[in-house]
Amino acid sequence: MSKFISKVTATLGAVALLGSAGSPTLAGDISGAGATFPYPIYAKWAETYKQQTGIGLNYQSIGSGGGIKQIEAGTVTFGASDKPLEVADLKQNGLLQWPMIIGGVVPVVNIPGIKPGDLILDGPTIAAIYMGDISRWNDAAIQKLNPKLTLPKLDIAPVYRSDGSGTNFLFTNYLAKVSPSFSQKIGANTSVQWPVGIGAKGNEGVANQTTQTSGAIGYVEYAYVKQTGMTYARLLNHDGKYVAPEAKAFQAAAASADWSKAEGYYLILTDQPGSESWPITGASFILMHADSKDASTVAALKFFDWAYRSGQKMAEDLDYVPLPDKVIKLVQKTWQDSLKVNGKPVWAAR
Amino acid sequence: MSAITLPYHSQLKREARAEWVFRGLTVASAALVLILLAGVLMALCYGGWPALRTFKFGFLTREVWNPVTDQFGALAPLYGTVITSLIAMLIAVPLAFGIAVFLTETCPLWLRGPIASCIELLAAVPSIVFGIWGLFVLAPVLQHSVQPWLIGTFGDLPWIGKLFRGPPYGIGLMTAGLVLAVMVLPFITSVMREVFLATPRSLKEAAYGLGATQWEVVWDVVLSNSRAGIIGGMMLGLGRALGETMAVTFVVGNAHRISTSLLAPGTTISASIANEFTEAVGTLYTSSLIALGLLLFVLTFTIIAAARLLLLQIERRGARV
Repeated sequence: MSKFISKVTATLGAVALLGSAGSPTLAGDISGAGATFPYPIYAKWAETYKQQTGIGLNYQSIGSGGGIKQIEAGTVTFGASDKPLEVADLKQNGLLQWPMIIGGVVPVVNIPGIKPGDLILDGPTIAAIYMGDISRWNDAAIQKLNPKLTLPKLDIAPVYRSDGSGTNFLFTNYLAKVSPSFSQKIGANTSVQWPVGIGAKGNEGVANQTTQTSGAIGYVEYAYVKQTGMTYARLLNHDGKYVAPEAKAFQAAAASADWSKAEGYYLILTDQPGSESWPITGASFILMHADSKDASTVAALKFFDWAYRSGQKMAEDLDYVPLPDKVIKLVQKTWQDSLKVNGKPVWAAR
Repeated sequence: MSAITLPYHSQLKREARAEWVFRGLTVASAALVLILLAGVLMALCYGGWPALRTFKFGFLTREVWNPVTDQFGALAPLYGTVITSLIAMLIAVPLAFGIAVFLTETCPLWLRGPIASCIELLAAVPSIVFGIWGLFVLAPVLQHSVQPWLIGTFGDLPWIGKLFRGPPYGIGLMTAGLVLAVMVLPFITSVMREVFLATPRSLKEAAYGLGATQWEVVWDVVLSNSRAGIIGGMMLGLGRALGETMAVTFVVGNAHRISTSLLAPGTTISASIANEFTEAVGTLYTSSLIALGLLLFVLTFTIIAAARLLLLQIERRGARV
């Protein structure tokens, strides 16, 4: 019996030794969890960063809701959310947030004879379509925006994202901003109660349903439109100009937004002023504790700094839109002023 | 070890101990399942409590599902779950019956094995594959040919027409029911085949000897002998249909609405949870989704309990005869 006990203690000791020998390499790794929309670029950054520095980043794309819960519980170094937290929520949980990457949502249509960019729509019209108030493509409101097009007498089949997503949030947030009745009847969230239409899962589901159904209208992420060449619609923006979904239009929306006045970066980039701004633009956010005991905090900040400076090309390759320089400077000022580990500031200006 | 004086005694003792350990292990395995079940139920009740407390009985009777205003009711997913499962059973049960009769009675012996394996292979296909097949292959066919025909033929009839109205989207309650039917078919078929095979040969031969036709033998001898097994197989299929998530999410249309038309989009309990849980922010929202899970748990439990009661009744009646 005593032999057995000594054997067990020896094994346990060996395991403990192994554990302690293994932990230093693990301590350098950064852990994050949250939004699915930025996952491809975060994963790409993490892979390249690991090659260059040897420091790994483990990002789990479990959804914004899960990311917020995990950072509140302190089980990860950073959380990621497509929908910014309100200032009161940030204060209550001692969190800081800042924008990391920009994306946009693009309406796509399937009307016989209409090519990409032919159709022009504006916010109130899209809102009316998704509320069931406009049900035919040759409706006077659509015809008025497109005097040169002959639109068919075809029923409109609205397609929406059924899974809770940042795409839904941006789209409904924009419609709620420009249409009082949409704001009143439906509102903005990651999922809403749509009065008409059909729900498809994910970008690929919406794209597929729109492509298959004659007369359909849907909305997908910009990267998806660019990669599949779907029939997108141009939009009438805040300044009354027609814009096409292009990287510069998303960047224009981010640049013309006044981030310095938005407390806690609580700013949703929909319906921004500026003649080139795409109206359905949004940022994906990073959440961290303002004062943490997490040893990986500095490593995470270094990673974000590297991503801001060296990761832009990678982001563009994956059809994301990098943040404008002046916003990056503002974010790093926030790190310097407000982010602490064990009560001490950790980020020095460069 | 001391000298062995009573060899049989020590051996018996060892065997008794082994027996005790063995029995303990079996009891522990059974208890573990019960504990897990109780744990799941408790976790669901605890998680769903805020929603149930807020909406009370209205959670079951309201169609509204609005994350913006934090108003939630489970009627639409409940309706969708029941309707899609019902469609699946209406299609799969007669089909499974036909296949099972063919395999056990009329099929040439050399062909039985291959056909049976093919049907069982259907059960091994991951549900996501069924979902993708439903969305990319089945839905376009339904949208472009089957549904327009249904609308044109039945849409204007009284009563029955209500089931086939609205634009042909290709996906919706009917598509989900069809995909589910294919998914539950192998389960029902293999159980039916087993119970048909279990019919005593002597009974069947006696019936044939009395001049019964093949149909009469199947209907009067085989079927009446295997009622309990058939119901068991149907319950297995129904259980799978009620809880199926991934395939349904792809093709059901995911709308929290109740519509009399089978072509209209709807949602099911598991599809709603799968769709919305990841991005659900707010206590009441997540709690309502967990309460939906509890509802499915209770629904499945009720159906299994009802099936048990039915079986018991059949057995009792059988004993009396």
